[in-house]
Amino acid sequence: MWMWVVHRTTGVAIFFFLVVHVLDTALVRVSPEAYNDVIGTYKTPIYGIVEAGLVAAIALHAFNGIRIILVDTWPWALKHQRLMVWIVWGLFALLMIGFLPRHLSHVFGGA
Amino acid sequence: MTTAESKAPEVEPLRPIRSGRSRNHAEQWSWLFMRGSGVLLLVLIFTHLFINLFSGDGVNQIDFAFVAGKWASPLWQIWDFVMLVLAMIHGGNGMRLLINDYARRTWMRKTLKTLLAVCVTTIVVLGSLVIFTFDPCPLDASGDLLPGVPTFCEDVR
Ligand code: HEM
Ligand code: HEM
Repeated sequence: MWMWVVHRTTGVAIFFFLVVHVLDTALVRVSPEAYNDVIGTYKTPIYGIVEAGLVAAIALHAFNGIRIILVDTWPWALKHQRLMVWIVWGLFALLMIGFLPRHLSHVFGGA
Repeated sequence: MTTAESKAPEVEPLRPIRSGRSRNHAEQWSWLFMRGSGVLLLVLIFTHLFINLFSGDGVNQIDFAFVAGKWASPLWQIWDFVMLVLAMIHGGNGMRLLINDYARRTWMRKTLKTLLAVCVTTIVVLGSLVIFTFDPCPLDASGDLLPGVPTFCEDVR
């Protein structure tokens, strides 16, 4: 029932991230050093955690978006609403289990 | 009860709004677009994240030379361009729906929507320019390569 809250908050968060993301990528037109400086901060532990949060938000919004589409168009999915929500969380968990160890070792492992 | 049950509920026909335009049709397009673009964005963004954040050295590999390497290929230029346009319109339209839901006063809705339109347009134009005017070997005023350019720039010169 409160999945729509998740969908809205993640949607808004991704939107603002994307605005900032295009602005920081635009620094490649300023100078290589300006870009490298700013991207350098993305490799720090704090940003590493923010990136993990961002990936979580994208994964949730994306899987839940697909669930919304299916429930709207496919009677079977509508009938199995609750199962569909569990599948969203299941896929989300799998993705994070695959992603987090590797990402965190990039961020904290130094290499 | 027995007769009422089998009949579809009566729906009042939507009154046209003052401009004479039917709002309904536009919202149908919005609904369809959110779903179509959503499915495409899933593929575009997951691939983007997989390449830039997961494979190789993850975030640590990203610098000017990495971007130069990707945008040397038209595939990634078009990829990023489509992702930019779809994500900004999808996200922008989503924000418009939220403004409709939460901003109560007319002037507030108008102001927020104007800001949103300006923001979306600026980002799409800026992002497109950045992708298609990208220069992998920029020079300074005296004609020397700027520090931080990829190593192949020395050879190309
Ligand atoms: C990754 C793939 C994505 C999928 C599958 C997806 C799917 C969807 C769907 C189906 C809706 C419509 C929900 C409804 O009509 O109730 C929606 C709404 C929305 N999306 Fe996405 N989306 C994706 C990516 C994005 C991105 C990148 C952004 C931000 C730039 C974003 C921001 C939003 C916003 C703000 C809403 C409005 C929420 C609402 O009205 O409750 N989405 N998304
Ligand atoms: C933390 C995760 C992310 C990292 C490290 C990252 C990294 C990058 C890098 C290095 C580029 C330069 C070009 C390229 O490599 O293709 C880029 C461009 C781009 N990214 Fe991401 N990205 C991330 C997340 C996202 C997300 C979630 C979205 C979509 C909502 C996105 C959308 C874009 C777009 C549209 C461009 C083109 C920008 C332009 O037009 O100037 N990125 N990103």
